[in-house]
Amino acid sequence: MAELIVYGIVLGSIISLGAIGLTLVYGIIRFANFAHGDLMSAGAYIALFITSVALPWTGLPHTTFGPFSFGWEMVIAFPVSMLIVGGVAIGLDQILYQKLRNKNSNAVIMAMSSLGASFIIRMIILILWGSDFFFYRPGVLRPAIEFPLGIKIRPDQILILFIVFLLITGLHLFLKMTKMGKAMRATADNMELAKVSGIDTEKIIIWTWCIGGALAAAGGILYGIDVQLHPAMGWNFLIPLFAATILGTIGNMYGALIGGLIIGISQQVSTAFIMPTYKPAVAFVIMILILLFRPKGLFSGGKE
Amino acid sequence: MEFAGILAYLVSLAIMAGIYAVFCLGLNIQWGYTGLFNIGIAGFFCIGAYTSAMITSPMPTGTYAHYVHQLFGLNLPFVFGLIGAASICGIVAFFIGFATLRLGDDYLAIATLGIAETFRLIFNNEQWLANGPRGLMGLPQPLAGLVDPKNYNYIYLVIVIVILILIYLLIEQAIRSPWGRVLRSIREDEISAAMSGKNVLRFKIQALVFGAMIMGVGGALYAHYTKAISPDVFTPLYGTFIIWVMLMAGGSGNNKGAILGAFLIWGMWIGTKFMTDLLPYTLKARAPYIRFLLIGILLEFILIYRPQGILGEEKKVSKLIE
Repeated sequence: MAELIVYGIVLGSIISLGAIGLTLVYGIIRFANFAHGDLMSAGAYIALFITSVALPWTGLPHTTFGPFSFGWEMVIAFPVSMLIVGGVAIGLDQILYQKLRNKNSNAVIMAMSSLGASFIIRMIILILWGSDFFFYRPGVLRPAIEFPLGIKIRPDQILILFIVFLLITGLHLFLKMTKMGKAMRATADNMELAKVSGIDTEKIIIWTWCIGGALAAAGGILYGIDVQLHPAMGWNFLIPLFAATILGTIGNMYGALIGGLIIGISQQVSTAFIMPTYKPAVAFVIMILILLFRPKGLFSGGKE
Repeated sequence: MEFAGILAYLVSLAIMAGIYAVFCLGLNIQWGYTGLFNIGIAGFFCIGAYTSAMITSPMPTGTYAHYVHQLFGLNLPFVFGLIGAASICGIVAFFIGFATLRLGDDYLAIATLGIAETFRLIFNNEQWLANGPRGLMGLPQPLAGLVDPKNYNYIYLVIVIVILILIYLLIEQAIRSPWGRVLRSIREDEISAAMSGKNVLRFKIQALVFGAMIMGVGGALYAHYTKAISPDVFTPLYGTFIIWVMLMAGGSGNNKGAILGAFLIWGMWIGTKFMTDLLPYTLKARAPYIRFLLIGILLEFILIYRPQGILGEEKKVSKLIE
């Protein structure tokens, strides 16, 4: 059980990365982005392209990287993929959502547009890679480290927790310390007020997409490192992402972090009692319970 | 291909388009008239198909029972399958609506998406319920004894078209009634509808249930057409996404548009199959993805450049106003 909880924290931290991006987009641009899960897939597959095609093409020899299952290629692929997916998210906004915003389309039409975008991303992945499973380093499985209470953790998983911690701390500092971060929080609180205070909201929207996309990519890659890559991985994350977002109150980044951890732990612990294939359903049931009993989420206390 | 072959092909195409048109009409009540964003159509598709399959087929006996498990098999006529499918879908929709429609528009979308995925998981994992991933086969077809099995599709086409027309007339009647006008007022401005003394939540739940019941009928029609169903049929792509594109293309808020969209997009879908058949062999396995990519791009174009669809909404729905 203790082991399942630790695995749940690992899964939950990956869900949190996606959910934080989703909740920022939800809070600032104000629509449910159904393409967020597929941005995670996009990040994972772009990293796969860099590690398995682009960098080997340079002819540099492959070496493993410390006690981890992947090589030095991932050290380059990780940030590059985050940047590219941040760009993809901005691109989707410029091509699709901005046009709808300018026409004053309502939030549901934008959500529908993002649903279309999610299918487009998944189809591109399927066309390029097919529907098979992929691993970043096939065949290399590093021994797990034994901890007290019979907990076995792979070095990869410890690294995942460390990277998530770094990214979230970085985002926290960005939102609290920088001018752009403060402007983003102001826009999330009240867009009209932010506009009249001279904040360029279109610029805020671009930053939000960039951060949301980059975090989604990081989540996707980390899931690929921990488990595997599959074209439907992002779509399957969608319910847990929304569950975490609603659980943590829409627009609340720290809520999304806690929500993600709760969902991740519940999903992993549930495998002790029911079939592991029911993991997405566990997230769904939690979400329905929250909607019934506390629809504004756990952290809605002070604001309303 | 000689004439008879082409005709048989067109008939099978028309049957599927007709079944999709039933789904479009159901979605049109929810989205077109009431503004409810249901992206779990595949869930109602799935429940409708399985319910009708189990109501109309007999319980497996003998050695067959070792290989096929199902919760129940009532061996009742086709009409009971349709009624059962509609009822179960209506009940499921009621609970979803009750849980989510008090909240914002997006919540319904997320919940219906979740319910569709959850039902697919349940049918996949629970062997005892409806034979797990292998699904149910050899489902009975109505009036099957009348003609040679190879000509059966003509009869089924007539059945689908008759049901489609009945549903169309029913919705037209409902939408032109005071009830239908309340739905449209809710879609346009929920607060002013509430201020006019309308119980917005109750009307929204009714619209969701009504639409879901029609989707259940669509699922039943599908099950008895293909005679075999398994959980992997009811994917978000074939079960939800393509129906949304059909309705948006034809014109949401217009029942003729919903039917037109279904036939048009299904025709395009089949038409692009002929195009991808020309692709080199190595690319052929991925051809369906290319076709879905094109459908996705089409949806984005519609949303940005022609959100009202081909026909657009019928603004005048009362025969009293000229």
